Amino acid sequence: MSHSWAIETENLVRIYKVKHKRGDAESAPFKALDGVNSQVGTGELFGLLGPNGAGKTTLIKILTTLLLPTSGTARVDGVDVAANPQEVRRRINMVSGGDTCGYGLLTVEENLWMFTQFYGLDNKTARERIGKMLEIVGLQDKAKSKSYQLSTGQKQKMNFARGFLNDPKILFLDEPTLGLDVQTSRVLRKFVKQWVRERPGRTLLLTTHYMAEADELCDRVAIINQGKILACDTPANLKKRLQGASVFKLHVTPLEQTELFSDLPGVSNFSGHRRNGHTELNFILDDENTLVKILSAVQQSGAHLISLDKHEPTLEDVFIDLVGKSLSEIEEQTGSVS
Amino acid sequence: MHESARSLKVAAWLGWQIESNWTEPFLFLTYSILKPVASALILVFMYLVISQGNFNNPLFAYIYVGNAFFIYVGAVLLGVSNTIVDDREHYGMLKYIYVSPIQVYFYLLGRGMAKTMTATIAVVITLAFGAIALGVRPDFFTIDWPLLIITLTVGLAGLGFMGILLAGILLITARHNDIVGEAVAGALYLLCGAVFPISVMPDWLQWAGRAIPITYWLEGLRRALLGTELVQKLHTGLEDFSTPTILLILLGSTLLAILLSIGFYRWCERRAKEKGLIDMQTMY
Repeated sequence: MSHSWAIETENLVRIYKVKHKRGDAESAPFKALDGVNSQVGTGELFGLLGPNGAGKTTLIKILTTLLLPTSGTARVDGVDVAANPQEVRRRINMVSGGDTCGYGLLTVEENLWMFTQFYGLDNKTARERIGKMLEIVGLQDKAKSKSYQLSTGQKQKMNFARGFLNDPKILFLDEPTLGLDVQTSRVLRKFVKQWVRERPGRTLLLTTHYMAEADELCDRVAIINQGKILACDTPANLKKRLQGASVFKLHVTPLEQTELFSDLPGVSNFSGHRRNGHTELNFILDDENTLVKILSAVQQSGAHLISLDKHEPTLEDVFIDLVGKSLSEIEEQTGSVS
Repeated sequence: MHESARSLKVAAWLGWQIESNWTEPFLFLTYSILKPVASALILVFMYLVISQGNFNNPLFAYIYVGNAFFIYVGAVLLGVSNTIVDDREHYGMLKYIYVSPIQVYFYLLGRGMAKTMTATIAVVITLAFGAIALGVRPDFFTIDWPLLIITLTVGLAGLGFMGILLAGILLITARHNDIVGEAVAGALYLLCGAVFPISVMPDWLQWAGRAIPITYWLEGLRRALLGTELVQKLHTGLEDFSTPTILLILLGSTLLAILLSIGFYRWCERRAKEKGLIDMQTMY
């Protein structure tokens, strides 16, 4: 393996043994990562895009030394995460979105100060960074509040601020905007982008199941599903995969049988699922004329067209093209909450 | 500052914040005084009933002093080991602690220091109450201070590392296992001669008691405070050992306990990483 990559994995496999019930000797192994090979360059803002349960968090846990791989190797800044975890920890930090953790009896400032001390920051630098991060996440007025007094969103912001305190060489953000309001998410996304751009040599790995977030932020995106990386490129290049194809989104009145659309000639890929009381149909067509057949099939099925939209390919369309289902369809099927 | 020193210092600060901030300072102080005195009084009344009010028997001082120092056992064992359950399940912070460059043994010992400090207050109050109200008066000038300091320090270090061993168990099990610490402290209360000499137990239990460093720790502390001659006369089951021998056994067994604890915790940590337990939330 070369040492020039900030993050590098080779044939990374992680199998969980899931016990079905107490005392049950039979356990069903679940392959969360299935031979993942990936390289993230120094200075890159790299996105890992996939539905819940795709293996994103498992990969981050391995890279941040919280979990051992079943087989394969992972290196962070050239250091093997399994063999030398302490050396890895000196170079990284991690934020899990949706976390509302913290020592409730400590103030926001104290919670953050404690971590600056674990990272060996001197008091002056620590205070400066805490002040700056609190300003960025909009918690200056809560600095002296005990963290148990914070709302869920405020706790998430505090956790987000904690991740940047040591100015890590490599930062892992696992769904950082999960559950945050639109305005806050926008501010944090802007900061994340700025943080990487202003600090040459800093690398950021972001996992998300928000397509727009990956598209907006990432230099490169890896699409992951069922523990496998299906494609990895810049968002623009990924979308180029669909160059020449026509992408349509149809909303129709509730439709039970959607399978008939996949068999229509000219349909390259298709996904359909219920959303807000109607059915959403996404088509990637080799030939735009196929649309006539689709509309005819909708009519024959007894459903009514509500809206029809032709658009430029998005990462979501790329995902459909690769997986054969939309991300939200997969999450509905697996019972995951988006 | 080195990572180990940093981990110890910050963890001790955190432990103290958690330990002292759960209530108002006045209530905290009252609780810190009343709890050990009430515990001591229970023992005193039990002794009163059994001995029919004979406080002059030197066995009373032996029991009282042992019981006073045993306060450390539960406090340090639980203070160190329950850090795992608290950080992982209650505060949800263990994964972030683990991702930072701490030295985990020093972090755990640091978290236990706050409990050790409050236990020290409790021990001092209990001993002072014994001296003032019950006539358990070690002669200040005949106390073997070097023996007391060395024994106390070695014993506390041993207890801290035994706490790390328990922390290892908690790391690879669900949260309900935090009773493990209490169960171990209870078993030690029985086996280590905290409230009665181990000589009153059946032979096989005496041997179990002799295999535990805390037995020698309590014996050393009693000899330092009450005098070797007096303690040896009580035929406690350890009277054949000279004080240097007691100290040597304490040192050796503590060293062994430290090595065992570190090895066992390392093994548990690896298991936890294999099974994905560092950030486990058992949710009940």
